[in-house]
Amino acid sequence: MSDTKNETTTRTGVRAVEFVKSLDAKAPGGPIEQRWDKHRFEMKLVNPANRRRYTVIVVGSGLAGGAAAATLGEQGYNVKCFCYQDSPRRAHSIAAQGGINAAKNYRNDGDSIFRLFYDTVKGGDFRARESNVYRLAQVSVNIIDQCVAQGVPFAREYGGYLDNRSFGGAQVSRTFYARGQTGQQLLLGAYQALSRQIAAGTVKMFPRTEMLDLVLVDGRARGIITRDMVTGKIERHVADAVVLATGGYGNVFYLSTNAKGCNTTAIWRAHRRGAFFGNPCFTQIHPTCIPVTGDHQSKLTLMSESLRNDGRIWVPRKKGDTRDPRQIPENERDYYLEERYPAFGNLVPRDVASRNAKQVCDEGRGVGPGGLGVYLDFADAIKRLGKQKIAERYGNLFDMYQQITGENPYEVPMRIYPAIHYTMGGLWVDYNLMSTIPGLFVAGEANFSDHGANRLGASALMQGLADGYFVLPYTVANFLAQVKPGGLSTDHAAFGEAEAEINDRVKRLLSINGKRTVDSFHRELGRILWDECGMARNDAGLRRALQRIPELREEFWQNVRVPGEGGELNQELEKAGRVADFLELGELLCIDALHRTESCGGHFREESQTEDGEAKRDDENFSYVAAWEYTGNLARPELHKEPLVFEYVKPSQRSYK
Amino acid sequence: MKLTLKVWRQKNGKTPGEFKTYQADHVSPDMSFLEMLDVVNQDLILKGEEPIAFDHDCREGICGMCSLMINGVAHGPKQATTTCQLHMRSFNDGDTVTIEPWRAMPFPIIKDLVVDRSSFDRIIQAGGFISASTGSAPDANTIQVPKPDADKAMDAAACIGCGACVAACPNGSAMLFTAAKAAHLSFLPQGQAERHQRAVNMVMQQDLEGFGNCTNIGECSAVCPKEISMDTIARLNRDLIVATLKGLEPTVEPAAAKAS
Ligand SMILES: Cc1cc2nc3c(=O)[nH]c(=O)nc-3n(C[C@H](O)[C@H](O)[C@H](O)COP(=O)(O)OP(=O)(O)OC[C@H]3O[C@@H](n4cnc5c(N)ncnc54)[C@H](O)[C@@H]3O)c2cc1C
Ligand code: SF4
Ligand code: FES
Repeated sequence: MSDTKNETTTRTGVRAVEFVKSLDAKAPGGPIEQRWDKHRFEMKLVNPANRRRYTVIVVGSGLAGGAAAATLGEQGYNVKCFCYQDSPRRAHSIAAQGGINAAKNYRNDGDSIFRLFYDTVKGGDFRARESNVYRLAQVSVNIIDQCVAQGVPFAREYGGYLDNRSFGGAQVSRTFYARGQTGQQLLLGAYQALSRQIAAGTVKMFPRTEMLDLVLVDGRARGIITRDMVTGKIERHVADAVVLATGGYGNVFYLSTNAKGCNTTAIWRAHRRGAFFGNPCFTQIHPTCIPVTGDHQSKLTLMSESLRNDGRIWVPRKKGDTRDPRQIPENERDYYLEERYPAFGNLVPRDVASRNAKQVCDEGRGVGPGGLGVYLDFADAIKRLGKQKIAERYGNLFDMYQQITGENPYEVPMRIYPAIHYTMGGLWVDYNLMSTIPGLFVAGEANFSDHGANRLGASALMQGLADGYFVLPYTVANFLAQVKPGGLSTDHAAFGEAEAEINDRVKRLLSINGKRTVDSFHRELGRILWDECGMARNDAGLRRALQRIPELREEFWQNVRVPGEGGELNQELEKAGRVADFLELGELLCIDALHRTESCGGHFREESQTEDGEAKRDDENFSYVAAWEYTGNLARPELHKEPLVFEYVKPSQRSYK
Repeated sequence: MKLTLKVWRQKNGKTPGEFKTYQADHVSPDMSFLEMLDVVNQDLILKGEEPIAFDHDCREGICGMCSLMINGVAHGPKQATTTCQLHMRSFNDGDTVTIEPWRAMPFPIIKDLVVDRSSFDRIIQAGGFISASTGSAPDANTIQVPKPDADKAMDAAACIGCGACVAACPNGSAMLFTAAKAAHLSFLPQGQAERHQRAVNMVMQQDLEGFGNCTNIGECSAVCPKEISMDTIARLNRDLIVATLKGLEPTVEPAAAKAS
């Protein structure tokens, strides 16, 4: 890392220290098609007989972690894998519905590795690293082969060959799926491969075990501190390399489509230990979720995007119109997407659909409780195709909707509203998926990843499995080949110190005994972020949030109530630790959003829009990855930039008119 | 609406448990069952009591983490619905609702409504997989899979590993869970090579964990949130007969069961 500092203060007052050549992505040069092959050949290997002597910790058992742990185990490394659920099979990857992309071109419809690469870079609004994205597209084809061999029951055509569909507005059919449960089936494939290694003794699994800190020795990641969630025991684990595959941080918003336990703790602790955080403000909002019904709401449920193929989105033209939607005549309805985007209509990308929904609700034209909803109406589709056809296409989804809302979508229009769904940001990694801490690798949604400022549908599953099955097994080995195995015990002072810090923190949380529950703080943080750093962001709002969040954090540490004891199963204590970290991450999210005065992908700055209100990028000033370094002062992280160079896909303005 | 809850409280596996009664006074029909418990817990915390511990994660019926016997029925009154997807409009104002953990010897209680289902993981570890190491796979379209077979494999693969089948079975049998995995893999050409050995190995571990025998009562399938069919059990039994004819013995070391 270079130490030439350029201290500058950006227009927004965020102090930026640029290490001019600081972030070396280690992306190889040469023709893009050959980079990964060449790199693989140049990487070092570990002799099979030696592999047992190396220990690798994998935190997370989702697609990224499960695949990495299983594969490293197969190769003969000594692997320790951790998850917070009671079984590795329950990682949140299980909830993915739609499908997984791969450039197989089985449909002969013009797909190719280059096209998938191109679509991903463009879809990410030119904020991803070309070399990584190309590799992702390359290995996508191997993923499908591997999954089929494991017994993943993908959908088939009558001839027995694999079926594909087009997803998220892609012009080719490259999405593989297993009914509406693609994530579940891919995860079970990885879980089964992992189970085989557990039986073989190469992987030791630690379920209901939460990572609470990362341990560094001589600047290298050498282990973690965990809490056994059943006994409350704080434990030390030493290793030669550590992989974090702990998923996304969407729950910083409290309400999201993520599972209740999804958290930022693992990556946030690593960040505090020196790993840079990449593009934290790049979060994705999904337009078709079931709206909030009240204060009791604990999570939001996603409805597949495919509904927009036949449903028509509208709101009443009149403000505060509370008539039964069926009584509102055609000419008093505003089919706003069809009107504003005649070419794409209801099928505009996720961010555009979401922002428009917010806009009409902000105007007071939203429907349902609190006016936070828009109609997704199937009346025309049912007239045109018949109820039978619609039931065939969307029966499951309609049933789910009815189960949750008690309303019958065949009769009354559905109500939908956008919700936080995915986080493109995460720990910064180089081409080898290694963070700025040597020996600390980050995979899946937890890294800042290949999706730039916006992820395309069906690409997260692809990235998780690419990282886990096909990238980490090479790059971790390359790292291990350059270090001596073992030679460190958990008695080392660094473990003692980290453990003592965690013990203190647990004790402190349990002793505050204040007047507010953990959830009430989490809800309030979520509300601030959703209002000021959600679908649309502006200078004043972000500054308000930056004022509010530290105050809330302060109050949390004075006034939270965590009942029970540390030495037992204590779900409130688990939540308290996670929320404490969210309260810190939330601030960084807003700092990043404030400093990036351009709009791009899911990050919409109201100050930076085209004449027709579309997101306007500022390539001249912001064509970089923002990687934040923790300085000990949460309000003053240091910004490092990884410049992005586009050799193959030339940046252009997205337009959906 | 207002409800009376009778909830099983138990400090840990070593301490005996008991039912405690709570009033839930502000229940909205739009709440999910778990959100109703959340609200009760928030009150308990502010009153200085310990909240009720229960397992959950995705809250959309797919991770298999939630459980609960609700009025004696695994996952409650609605068919093909997990507890997290059950909504309070399925109950009436003034109802008394009894909430218990899964009760089965191989699922020891950890605390309140939380049980240890790691026995399920050990059954899968004994053989619930296809041995296909990363990198060894041929092109995915090399082997055709007839659509009806793929569909049947998918039906069985839908199991979420929740354990309701065991909790509902008077014998505490895990056959529906084990059979679902065996059927998923045995419907696919890729799963043939290990088919019979897999059956023997998984059932060996299942028995070792202390799950009861299957006597075809069918309570399992009736409560299964994913409607796994009893046909899978018949299929597993046929595989076991073939395995016996082939003289197959378990090929893996039994993993130590936690409950015994
Ligand atoms: C409802 C929904 C639908 C989706 N649909 C699609 C889709 O159709 N296609 C698509 O491509 N993508 C989809 N996505 C996105 C995609 O599912 C995720 O991005 C992806 O599965 C993440 O995988 P992962 O392995 O990175 O993390 P996860 O699967 O979230 O796994 C995280 C793991 O880390 C563990 N963990 C976390 N914190 C800790 C800690 N502190 N200590 C110990 N362990 C920890 C967890 O136990 C878990 O094992 C969807 C997402 C959602 C929410
Ligand atoms: S078979 Fe059904 S009830 Fe049993 S574990 Fe699987 S999903 Fe649950
Ligand atoms: S919480 Fe995941 S299935 Fe109920």
